[in-house]
Amino acid sequence: MKLGETFMTLMQKFLGAAAGMALTAGAAYAEPALIFDLGGKFDKSFNESAFNGAQRWAEETGGSFREIELQSEAQREQALRRFAEAGANPIVMAGFAFADALGQVAADYPDTKFTIIDMVVDAPNVRSVVFNEHEGSYLVGMMAAQASASGTVSFIGGMDIPLIRKFACGYAQGAKAVNPDATVIANMTGTTPSAWNDPVKGSELTKAQISQGSDVVFAAAGGTGVGVLQTAADESILSIGVDSNQNYLHPGKVLTSMLKRVDNAVYTAFTDGVDMETGFNVMGLANGGVGYAMDDNNASLVNADMQAAVDAAAAKIASGELAVHNYMDDDSCPALTF
Amino acid sequence: MDVMPKWAEVVLVPLISLLLAAILSALVILAIGEDPVAAVKLMVDGALGSTYGWGYTLYYATNFMFTGLAVSIAFHARLFNIGGEGQAMLGGLGVALACLYIPWPHWSLALLGAMVLAGAFGAIWAAIPAYLQAKRGSHIVITTIMFNFIAAALLNYVLVNLLRPKGSMDPATARFPEAVNLPTLHDILAPIGISFSKAAPANVSLIVAVLACFLLWVLIWRTQLGYEIRAYGHSDSAAKYAGISPLKITMIAMIISGGLAGMMAINNVMGEAERLVLNSTEGAGFIGIAVALMGRSHPLGVFIAAILFGFLYQGGAELALWTTIPRELIVVIQALVILFTGALDNMVRMPLERLFIALNGKKA
Repeated sequence: MKLGETFMTLMQKFLGAAAGMALTAGAAYAEPALIFDLGGKFDKSFNESAFNGAQRWAEETGGSFREIELQSEAQREQALRRFAEAGANPIVMAGFAFADALGQVAADYPDTKFTIIDMVVDAPNVRSVVFNEHEGSYLVGMMAAQASASGTVSFIGGMDIPLIRKFACGYAQGAKAVNPDATVIANMTGTTPSAWNDPVKGSELTKAQISQGSDVVFAAAGGTGVGVLQTAADESILSIGVDSNQNYLHPGKVLTSMLKRVDNAVYTAFTDGVDMETGFNVMGLANGGVGYAMDDNNASLVNADMQAAVDAAAAKIASGELAVHNYMDDDSCPALTF
Repeated sequence: MDVMPKWAEVVLVPLISLLLAAILSALVILAIGEDPVAAVKLMVDGALGSTYGWGYTLYYATNFMFTGLAVSIAFHARLFNIGGEGQAMLGGLGVALACLYIPWPHWSLALLGAMVLAGAFGAIWAAIPAYLQAKRGSHIVITTIMFNFIAAALLNYVLVNLLRPKGSMDPATARFPEAVNLPTLHDILAPIGISFSKAAPANVSLIVAVLACFLLWVLIWRTQLGYEIRAYGHSDSAAKYAGISPLKITMIAMIISGGLAGMMAINNVMGEAERLVLNSTEGAGFIGIAVALMGRSHPLGVFIAAILFGFLYQGGAELALWTTIPRELIVVIQALVILFTGALDNMVRMPLERLFIALNGKKA
């Protein structure tokens, strides 16, 4: 109890009366919580998208939410338990790496709802949100091949993990659907988590790909992508952003961005609140979970023919008429070798 | 010969360093508009105010004890092993292989088996740079740090392509079987009537780490081998003249060092995560350098410094959970302590030495 009291006083000092109320009122009033992955909140990509969703919810409802940026693996379970014990509900976590910790924790807090993004955890109080990144990547792959004059397009991934290969595989399939003779070059930034935040290496890889003839580059690399887009703009080739709409970073130089609406997943979870329906939730082209970005910044780069072709493919994928191979189904890619 | 009395050397220097770091940290917290007193209180309460907090503090401390000892033994032979990180990663691989592919009947046997494999993997990873140093003169600082990258890449390959369960996205192994789960402090202390937090990850590896501290002290100061290692560290030419083989000492010191760093994996991989994840070491190999520096390469000093760093880690986590202090500034606070206790040691030591010389001069 002593601990509880100390937290009470500290909480009131730090977070004001609202947080104090949440503790005293216990389950009656629940504040949602968002846990970011090790990449950090402001990565201009995945985590930032999650943060934007939470922020949008806070602005629209006037509510407040708790958040934490993790520093270590051991903190995953720790943060989950601490938030659950403090009465936060629902608790949303951005990143597949939480799956194991959540699998351990979820059963201990049956009255708390959890949402995990990018991974499936089978528990009665968990909503699992996964995205069909291969579908979105397919569309931007088509656009890349259409925009390419050299017939060579390229891909730069962050850390070499299956999820990123899924992006690359969808992209290669899209490019080859437009131009069967297209050459697709794929490189990964690294094999450690630091590959998510290495813009210098991203820049070097871009230059190497340009020297091999690439004139459109797709970066699915978190913070590393900033360097890729910058170099592509400097060297006057086109680039494609990822997760958030990154077209604004270099207006007129970024062909499009492959959108992954993590923000929508977080926003929906927060809006549903404690009454959230749990279960398996696939966000694909059919329900607006992935897509490509069009705005004033890239309007001049995408002509009507390109857009019509991509939209037609999108409609076919959404209806199930066209199936894009998912790398993670069988750990192989028909259009690309790694 | 010593300009300072022992108590000043052991207690006063680290204490003043810590105080300086604390003052600077307080300024940092003030500068972003938070209350430093409340922050310190939150850190102390969160890390030491409950068995839950202690559980995490001791869990981190166990990691740092292993890596701190690993750096210390190498220091005694004047070898700078920066490769603790990679050696601990490979140790994790050893633990994972031992736990996944051998059907252990009981956790105690599994712990022994995992220790052997973890130690062997870490030792092999340290032995290659040691051999290159002894035979080819390739500088051990460069080679060990390079080996961290090779270890990371190797682990990545093994996890992604070989050990990852089918259909799993996380580059990690499957969960270890129930039988090899190590008892936590909760399980150990419950039979003797002490209730300890169930959620905390501190486990039986802590006892192994403390035992390792003691055994290393015996090795360094009470055996012939320890004497040879220290002699070689103080003067390699004198040691050679006395018939001590540089090749042998370099190899043995680094193998013990790598073995200790590798054994860290019984705590973080076997005790906490119960599976091998990609970045399971989380910089503990590098923190070990700071721990060894602060503990003056003495096992007791390493023990105390490891607990201090455990406190900083767990206290920092509490700050992140309950305040708006950003993660980066928490790292700054942790880094300030490392900077002052490790790197800027002489800044405190030299004025203190002068002070003691002046005082002694008056007496004489």
